[in-house]
Amino acid sequence: MDEKTIFDAIRETVAERTDANIDDIKMESTFRELGIDSLDTVELLMNLEDKLGVTIEVDKKLETVKDLVDFIAAL
Amino acid sequence: MAEWRRVVVTGMGAISPVGKGLEENWNNLVAGVNGIDNITLFDTTDYKAKLDGEVKDFNPRDYMEKSDVLKTDRYAQFAIAAASEAVQMSGIVGNVDPERFAVYFGTGIGGMATFTKEHNTLLKRGPSRVSPFFVPMMIANMSSGLLSIRYNAQGPAMPAVTACASGSNAIGEAMRLIRHGYANAVIAGGSEAAISECGVAGFINMQALSTATDKNEASLPFDKRRSGFVIAEGGAALILEEYEHAKRRNATIFAELVGYGSTSDAYHITAPRADAEGARRAMSQALKEAGYTDSDSVYINAHGTGTPLNDKAETLAIKHSLGEDAARRAAISSTKSMTGHMLGAAGAIEAIVAIKALESGIIPPTINLLERDEECDLDYTANKAGKKDITLSLSNSLGFGGHNATLAFRRV
Repeated sequence: MDEKTIFDAIRETVAERTDANIDDIKMESTFRELGIDSLDTVELLMNLEDKLGVTIEVDKKLETVKDLVDFIAAL
Repeated sequence: MAEWRRVVVTGMGAISPVGKGLEENWNNLVAGVNGIDNITLFDTTDYKAKLDGEVKDFNPRDYMEKSDVLKTDRYAQFAIAAASEAVQMSGIVGNVDPERFAVYFGTGIGGMATFTKEHNTLLKRGPSRVSPFFVPMMIANMSSGLLSIRYNAQGPAMPAVTACASGSNAIGEAMRLIRHGYANAVIAGGSEAAISECGVAGFINMQALSTATDKNEASLPFDKRRSGFVIAEGGAALILEEYEHAKRRNATIFAELVGYGSTSDAYHITAPRADAEGARRAMSQALKEAGYTDSDSVYINAHGTGTPLNDKAETLAIKHSLGEDAARRAAISSTKSMTGHMLGAAGAIEAIVAIKALESGIIPPTINLLERDEECDLDYTANKAGKKDITLSLSNSLGFGGHNATLAFRRV
């Protein structure tokens, strides 16, 4: 899957769940600064699985949006 | 009584089927506005009960951040809506030691709709799809937890879960917390949002709900035609504060909470005792603490659900606690005729009604009370608001499980 598709899906999902403006969600944004905690991350991944049609089982710490984009792209 | 710290009310907030905010609620209750209408929260085709009392056009974003909306059940959202009004009115935040600031907030059930939704997800999509927020959204203590976080209340925070008495028990127990020195201020009240398929189906099969289709023939407290309650939702909150604490900071004091009674029937899971002794004892305890005398002019916001058993038993409890003559002189009303039965929020909004009646001398009516029942023969303020100079205002709440709670208020 290409990085832009993944990035857009993440931005959309984060914007749906938080007060963050979609344009302010960047590759280098950390989930912490977007107000996404560990519980939010679990639900975020569920939403992304539905949007992208993949199974995402995270086995390492992902701090930035780019970390997650890379992780999904490598699936 | 002298050694007890005095407890006063310095803030109030409400959201209910008859309005958003204290003022709209009170004005509509005095005007006899009926908040009952068709159930819109789900399709009632297969359900015998068709009516409920919903909070209309509720937008949680009016009260909380978007990121919190998705992580909170509707019951907790009502708690936040009501509490935010009460907190703001009181000006308590920043004027109380956070470690002496507590939250006692009741609910009959908790996150019923969340439970149903996530259970459906489990059945349809398996365990990996159940929301990580399922548990924190559903649990009945979460409104207390959320309010403690929101207002930095670091004293005790816990719910009262005593079905339809939850709101009253939360307020009464909060009073004891202040009285006996464990806190200086408490956010106390109740909220409920149990109008979901499973909840309504369960209440229907208990034969607890009215199956009327005309909204003016559904919630009929003390009327001979009554055949069950109308399920409703909402939230209400009081700020209780130690009297000297409130005086020192020049807070507006709306009333003093002077009495609380709390008893159990120890009898049956849903039916009240026929002799109403449990409810009578709760009333008597509250009256004793309030220093009731024969010369008091009394208003009682009755539990008055509109079930055949409740209204008869409660009438008996009023007579036995006050005495027959004083019971006949008392002004009584059931505002559930307008709000429907807000379950765990009922005691909290009705405490507010009791306070407002005391403050204004206006008694909100029991609407649609047309056919007198010989076993309910007191003055229930039928159909039109009354005027009476009240010196002692009571609110009764009686819950499944046999929980009985009475609150008593006086002017300061």
